[in-house]
Amino acid sequence: MKTLNKILLTGLAVLSIAMPAFAEKIVVTGSTTVLPLSQKAAEVFMQNNPNADISIRGGGSGVGIASIIDGSCDIANSSRPIRDVELQKGASNGRDIKAHIVAMDGIAIVVHPSNGISALTKSQVRDIYTGKISNWSQVGGKNEKIVAISRDTSSGTFEAFMELVLDKQKVRPDAIMQASNQAIATTVARTPNAIGYVGLGFLSGDIKAVTIDGVMPSKETVLLGKYKVGRPLFMYTNGAPKGLAKDYLDFIKSAQGQSIADELGYVGLK
Amino acid sequence: MSLFRLKEKIIQGVFTVLAFSSLLFLVGIIFVLFKEGLPIFKDVKISDFLFGRFWYPTYEPPEFGVLPLIVGSFYVSLGAMFVCVPLGIGSALYINEMASYKQKAILKPLIEILASVPSIIYGFFAMAILAPFLQKTFNIPIGLCTLNASIILGVMATPTVCSLAEDALSYVPRSFREASFAVGATRWQTLIKVVIPAAGSGISTAVILGMSRAIGETMTVLMAAGGAAIIPTSIFDPVRPMTAAIAAEMGEAPVGGDHYHALFAIALALFLITFFFNILAEIISRRFRIKLGLSG
Repeated sequence: MKTLNKILLTGLAVLSIAMPAFAEKIVVTGSTTVLPLSQKAAEVFMQNNPNADISIRGGGSGVGIASIIDGSCDIANSSRPIRDVELQKGASNGRDIKAHIVAMDGIAIVVHPSNGISALTKSQVRDIYTGKISNWSQVGGKNEKIVAISRDTSSGTFEAFMELVLDKQKVRPDAIMQASNQAIATTVARTPNAIGYVGLGFLSGDIKAVTIDGVMPSKETVLLGKYKVGRPLFMYTNGAPKGLAKDYLDFIKSAQGQSIADELGYVGLK
Repeated sequence: MSLFRLKEKIIQGVFTVLAFSSLLFLVGIIFVLFKEGLPIFKDVKISDFLFGRFWYPTYEPPEFGVLPLIVGSFYVSLGAMFVCVPLGIGSALYINEMASYKQKAILKPLIEILASVPSIIYGFFAMAILAPFLQKTFNIPIGLCTLNASIILGVMATPTVCSLAEDALSYVPRSFREASFAVGATRWQTLIKVVIPAAGSGISTAVILGMSRAIGETMTVLMAAGGAAIIPTSIFDPVRPMTAAIAAEMGEAPVGGDHYHALFAIALALFLITFFFNILAEIISRRFRIKLGLSG
């Protein structure tokens, strides 16, 4: 009997060493725009909470929302609001999808630094991207063909641009399509007659942001709603977040989380 | 049955299963392509899909015309042929006919190393170095265009073409050359009139497989070709090959939606195209072996 007790006790002791505490695990999937914020916040959060296990994946907004619908993730990152069809699909899967705004993203319209143009109106930008305006002289610049550079029509950034600037009109088919914000920034920096659009975090000395309807894109103008080409970034949960998902979301929304957003070039909400 | 025989049988069984497992993967891939690709034709007419000129998959209402993507793929790959055929066959001829044993021992592995460079590195090179160079040299608005993608794809397909063409040349029996020299033909005459025609179908196979390689390449064209879904009218126009469209859009296409199925349908078309090229190459190379009296 004594031996049996000993064995049991040893077993318990081994178990308790192997699992010092119950480690909670969540999976976060979706938008590559939100990914850096999601990733950095998770790293800092896990340093402070060693028992938390947050696994972050990209894939894009569509993938994130599809995963929250089929239940393969706990939080979906998205750079666009969820669509009605997706909400319905979620509802028919028994999900009650809740939105959380975690930061703002401003989209700056950029040109090559040598370009004399430094102010455009939203409708001029729209006409450039739909093809109505094709020469810089039509907006007061040099007599040069405009090279319009866009994000892929499937990206969240394009979707925001299409709604905020294009009024859902079709982008000209011969616009150069790039797969990332960085690729647009690089291409605009190398192409004297180019125009492109990037998240505020991607602005640098190699490209020049123009004012839109007289407003320069910046953290302040985006948050105050003065600069019109900005958008909220979302995290979606199934029902009200609980446990680790709640703690993680609360952390991102906290002052520390929002200062991470600022450091990464997003527009923090605080 | 002795233990030894049994062991032999088991090993044979294991390898049989392994050999056929690749067949299983192929069947699985074909099945999924058809299963996920065909539903798009419930909503879009097959003629509108194949011959539609506008690709606006995310708009409301969407347009799923893949003609610009198909034309883009062929245009870029044909351009690549102008680079990899002369380069690949030229180096194969040199390696096989003229190079000394030492040169051959260095050249052949080096060209094959070219094949092992990851495609993203080629893409990066095209984007960062070749495109700005073309932009300045030809004074074009932007360097990300068909020419840019074609040059880099051509370089990428060169090892395929060179290696296969060199194999074809080396299969030409020594007696062919000796017979030619015996009747007084020069080295050049022998090369042009005897060796190349004898290796002709093998060289065609090399070119076809090079084309197949170019048309299926993804990362490089995604980075280098400019990505605009238009039917190009000049080599300085940007294009959006089928592979680039799939790679750029699959992550963002809602699973089970029309866009998702349309991308699978493009993948199916791409698969059928490369499948056709490979079958063609196989048929030609079989004839070639028979012609040279090698076993088929």
